Amino acid sequence: MVGGYKRPTKVILSILLILGGLFAGFPVLWMLVSSLKSNTEIFSWPPKFIDKSFSMRSYIEILTDSEKVRYFLNSYFVSACVVILTLVIGIMAAYAFSRFDFPLKGVINTIIVSVQAVPAIVLLIPYLSLIVTMKLFNTYWALILTYLVFTLPYCILMITGYFNTLSTDLDEAVMMDGGSRMKALWRILVPISVPGLVSVGMYTFMQAWNEYLFALALTQTANMRTIPVGINMLMGQHTYDWSQMMAMSFLGSIPVLLLFIFFQKYFIAGMSSGAIKG
Amino acid sequence: MMKNRSKSKLRRKITPYLYLSPTIILMLVLMVVPIYLIIKYSFQNNAIVVADPEFVWLDNYKKILSDSEFWGAVKTTFVFVTVSVAAHIILGMCFALLLNTKYFKTRTKTIARVIYVLPWVFTASVIAILWKMMLQPAGIVDYILSIFNLAAKDTEWLSNKDVALATITLVNIWCGYPFYMISILAGLQGIPEDLYESSALDGATKWKSFLHIIIPQLKPILISIAMLDFVWTLQSFALIWMMTGGGPVNSTQTLSIYIYKLAFNSSQYGLASAVAVILLLLCVIVAIFYVKQQKKVRE
Repeated sequence: MVGGYKRPTKVILSILLILGGLFAGFPVLWMLVSSLKSNTEIFSWPPKFIDKSFSMRSYIEILTDSEKVRYFLNSYFVSACVVILTLVIGIMAAYAFSRFDFPLKGVINTIIVSVQAVPAIVLLIPYLSLIVTMKLFNTYWALILTYLVFTLPYCILMITGYFNTLSTDLDEAVMMDGGSRMKALWRILVPISVPGLVSVGMYTFMQAWNEYLFALALTQTANMRTIPVGINMLMGQHTYDWSQMMAMSFLGSIPVLLLFIFFQKYFIAGMSSGAIKG
Repeated sequence: MMKNRSKSKLRRKITPYLYLSPTIILMLVLMVVPIYLIIKYSFQNNAIVVADPEFVWLDNYKKILSDSEFWGAVKTTFVFVTVSVAAHIILGMCFALLLNTKYFKTRTKTIARVIYVLPWVFTASVIAILWKMMLQPAGIVDYILSIFNLAAKDTEWLSNKDVALATITLVNIWCGYPFYMISILAGLQGIPEDLYESSALDGATKWKSFLHIIIPQLKPILISIAMLDFVWTLQSFALIWMMTGGGPVNSTQTLSIYIYKLAFNSSQYGLASAVAVILLLLCVIVAIFYVKQQKKVRE
């Protein structure tokens, strides 16, 4: 059967495959190449792919600038906190949904599902006044708390689905032995669910790492800025240092890129089942 | 004994709420209260700015609905969303079918898949800044197009009001299709092999098997992701804000940008809240269809 394919079809499909690859991959490659060039060489006409101005200058400049390094540290800290809190709160909520029947179950579940449709911009105006009232403006907490609202629903729905596939015999066995519910949850259910938790955790990390609007409006001073805002702030300064902006973009994309390449399977499984189950 | 039992019964009733308490508190404070607040602001004159704003009923809505800038934003949003979603479906479908053919080796397909998904992993500011650089006059896009004689060397893409919206939509298409591709690919792999084979026996052509087997099988997934994407694109802010800020001459001003400018550039929080409530209603309507669709899929 394999030999039965017509040659022209394969040639046409191969060309399409390469064109698609260029469409998706060329801009990324161009980012990488530009980050290594000098500013004037980026806009040489005709453009060269590799030229003599190639150097790590931009990367060194960024990594030795304490203000810019701070953006990275802020992003790592905020994203890590969001992932941990989302998972802990989400696991507990998912346990309640999966193991109990209670009067408000339907209502709370509907609220959690519909939260996903609320646009961030709609919440931004009230958030600003709430966050100022709570004296959290320009703090890490302003970002962590507001991000949680957007990361939790997906986490709860995914983990509830996961827990539902695990038999209740497991937790009952623990409780028969005199263990508490908490023990059943954290010692039995959670360890079994690690693959699902990894996928949810990575998706959460990605959301937190990439968020822009709240980071822009709820923080103010340079020492609180995260990567997405930091990259954009480079654009506002005097002359455009494209090479440095590209280097910063690349450095800022590395964590998500690495996660993605190493855990592709989890990502794709999580994303597609998320899309189907909602 | 009786007392003990009723006590444990009570405990069993309370336990789920204990587990849910962090979620409930968070959702109350940062979701229910804000939505109440934004609706309240939308009925007030000078909301937030003054300590005791005047309650003006629907005045803000009347003002907004008779403002041509609002309708301009509605139109821009409509074009941006429909073109993006349609193109996402088509591109996502084409790439998924390409990656699902038997013509290529598994390793080729794995590498191609990683490359095809790339645009999706970057954050909006990276995408904005990268495309801004590529779209500069005499930049790489102009160069590539000039090879095929499609554009002049110094073509402006983002500062020309006739093409800015199209350009931004194209960038949004570039970074949004992988989500469809991944979901469709997962769906395609779930179609049983014998469905294809029976159609091959019938002498069905490729095109027919696509129309009569693949499309119906994928329909639930397609509708779900299209609705999710519709809601996401409806509220997209970061990409447009960083690439054009809504300009030139408001040609790329979507509802989100309009709200942001009203609130944070001109401090008209009441008007901004009214537009926000309208946007929220739009999203809720789509979400209701989405939830209904999900229920149908489950049944």
